[in-house]
Amino acid sequence: MNRVVKGFKDLAQYPSAIAGLVLISLFVALAVYAMVTMPLGQAIELWRGSGDVWQYTPRNAAPAWLNVFPGINKPVTMDFNTANMPEAKTVEEIAPGMWEVRVSFPFDFTYDEFPTEINVFTTVRNSTARPFFSMRWLTPDGREIPLGDVDLRASESFRLGQDARLTRRLGGRPAHMGLFADPNASEAVPLKGRYELVAEALVFEPDTELDVRLVVYGQLHGLAGTDHRRRDLTVALLWGTPIALAMGLMGAIGATVTTMAIAAVGTWYGGWVDNLIQRITEINMMLPGYPLLIMIGTLVDRNLLLLTAIWVALSIFSASIKSYRAMFLQVKEAPYIEAAKSYSASNMRIIVQYMMPRIIPVLVPTFVGLVPSFVFFEATISVLGLGDPLLPTWGKVLSEAQDMGALHNGYYYWVLAPSLLLVFSGAGFALLGFALDRIFNPRLRSL
Amino acid sequence: MEIFDKTMRPGTKPEDVLLSVEGLHKWFEIKRLGLFRVGDVKAVDGVDFQLARGESVTVVGESGCGKSTLARTILGLYGPTKGRIVFDGRVIDGTDKEALAWYRRHVGFVQQDPFGALPPFMTVQRILNEPLVINGVKDPEERQRRIRKALEDVRLMPVEDYLTKFPHQLSGGQQQRLVIARAIILEPKLIVADEPVSMLDASVRVEIMQLLGRLQQQYNISIIYITHDLSTVRYFSDRIFVMYGAKLIEKARTKELLKNPSHPYAQALMNAIPDPDPDNVDRFREVPGGEPPSLMNPPAGCRFHPRCPAAIKGVCDVQEPPHFERGEQHLVACWLYGEEHAEQTA
Repeated sequence: MNRVVKGFKDLAQYPSAIAGLVLISLFVALAVYAMVTMPLGQAIELWRGSGDVWQYTPRNAAPAWLNVFPGINKPVTMDFNTANMPEAKTVEEIAPGMWEVRVSFPFDFTYDEFPTEINVFTTVRNSTARPFFSMRWLTPDGREIPLGDVDLRASESFRLGQDARLTRRLGGRPAHMGLFADPNASEAVPLKGRYELVAEALVFEPDTELDVRLVVYGQLHGLAGTDHRRRDLTVALLWGTPIALAMGLMGAIGATVTTMAIAAVGTWYGGWVDNLIQRITEINMMLPGYPLLIMIGTLVDRNLLLLTAIWVALSIFSASIKSYRAMFLQVKEAPYIEAAKSYSASNMRIIVQYMMPRIIPVLVPTFVGLVPSFVFFEATISVLGLGDPLLPTWGKVLSEAQDMGALHNGYYYWVLAPSLLLVFSGAGFALLGFALDRIFNPRLRSL
Repeated sequence: MEIFDKTMRPGTKPEDVLLSVEGLHKWFEIKRLGLFRVGDVKAVDGVDFQLARGESVTVVGESGCGKSTLARTILGLYGPTKGRIVFDGRVIDGTDKEALAWYRRHVGFVQQDPFGALPPFMTVQRILNEPLVINGVKDPEERQRRIRKALEDVRLMPVEDYLTKFPHQLSGGQQQRLVIARAIILEPKLIVADEPVSMLDASVRVEIMQLLGRLQQQYNISIIYITHDLSTVRYFSDRIFVMYGAKLIEKARTKELLKNPSHPYAQALMNAIPDPDPDNVDRFREVPGGEPPSLMNPPAGCRFHPRCPAAIKGVCDVQEPPHFERGEQHLVACWLYGEEHAEQTA
């Protein structure tokens, strides 16, 4: 316990270690938050986006917090649903066996630009006869625009922007522009003020339930924006965190511990064992890793775990086995090893309990430094098109952003958010690694 | 077992012999490019001696004479190239793992560099626990009891203060005591001490030597003490073997050898002992010039002859001297004491 406390005190002397630890704890907190709030199954389901999960979010919207910058005042998504706001709906019996349901969504529109879409969704339950439904749009300057009337089926969606007749009536502008445009301006600018959607339905059964949902799709949405499939990027960015951390830690542990163990075994037994390990390493160092992965990913399976396991296996027999070997050659000759032999310590015991602990101090910074490379590995294979088809990860976001030409189309947020997460997680471990390196390898301190 | 070592105390019974080293050779192969054998380093080249229970012998010789290799071969760390080791009636060779493990349980090892001899990442408690665990002392209380006893035996007291320390928190002398504690914790019959004090301050040397002597008395342990420094032998040594060029060239009881060193090399070693006499300030000591012999291509005849002031041409550089008896329990491998040569000069 005291050694742990002392270790932290040592670390605290290095600002880079504190910065690194803060970053790492932030990522760990984010990962825990992601796992607690959203089970993986749900995240995968959401990210796959089957059905109409994502029909209430805009396409390719930037993050909502962009509005805090001066000069930017773009509409964010506004979502009104009678299921959540019963006060918007009134029911009145206007004749025997005939009820009028009146829905009103008044809202203030204060943005400088137009929304990207405007849709109305209705659901009807417990009704044998189709309710008669009509909608009107009230503008701040007192105009009233009828949006048409229809017999409602159980579930109906009105994509007003695609209504050709409405577009013609609005002077050739699709509804999300025409409904908000200032009629007196020569150019298309939105008119600010209080708008209202009024929907009236005649229902013919007392227990019929009718819900209306109005979605005014903004140019901005949520914390991280959305992608080309209307998916909220926070899902992938959030869930990418535990996946990245797990990949990084497991990969780094797997690579360092196995490499060290193999180097120790080779050094201890020497002879053909050592020769074999060295030759395998040299051959492996010649092998091109990523092309091999592309081959396996294409021909065998695109499972992230499998590819990571192969990558770890490839990195085991890497140059680091040579540097561990150099250290073990030195440790092997230490008098305490000879002493251990003289009291009959077994080969395994000497390797695991006498040789390996000796180089663990050197291993710790290496291990921490390796974490980012495995975090980046996931992103790399995703961009190469080998990413796991199901998991929402940072790499997947980047890969799709690239496929959709995000940078050409000006969707910077789509590339920047996952990139920054990658950079900061890598930086966190690297900063901690530098400090650990200085603590564990005191010779560096004088440099 | 027959007694062949003529320097043993007279009247030693065969059952008193603890260790018998017979014709021991240890050669290290030298390969070029890791393939072609270009020769052998003959680090131990025919060593014979016997050791009684509770007896201690000193092997003295200069650097590179093969004395550390002799120690390691006796410990079973190196398998002998030729010859054999018989311990307590059992032949020890690499083929019988069980016998080797039994042998190692009964032989302790004290090394030269105390800090290097202790794993730096283990506490005192764990360092002493390891031999017990490995050698099948299963009961944790028994282990704890023996750890405490070993620490008390080497005067690392109070024991509690030391159990949780790491080697680097101990002084050089304390580290060497810990090494000795580890060597005696399995209650061995023999301790091989390879230059146990050469890396310690002069102030703690005596302490460590006295400690070894006391342990020998207390537990009747035999000690093989390897050193290059004859001035440290008087603490507990019964006999001295002088080693030169991978062979034992003179064997005698300690007092006899110190009083009457016979081999020119042994005489030179005696002369090299510093003597704090003010008259010595201006005295120049004769030391044999030249280099220690190559163990790959040792000189023909007596290995000391290229450096020997008394070398006899045509004898010393041709024929290897056998061990000649010179007085009571005193053997020397030098033609100066050979009978036929004595006749020649007469």
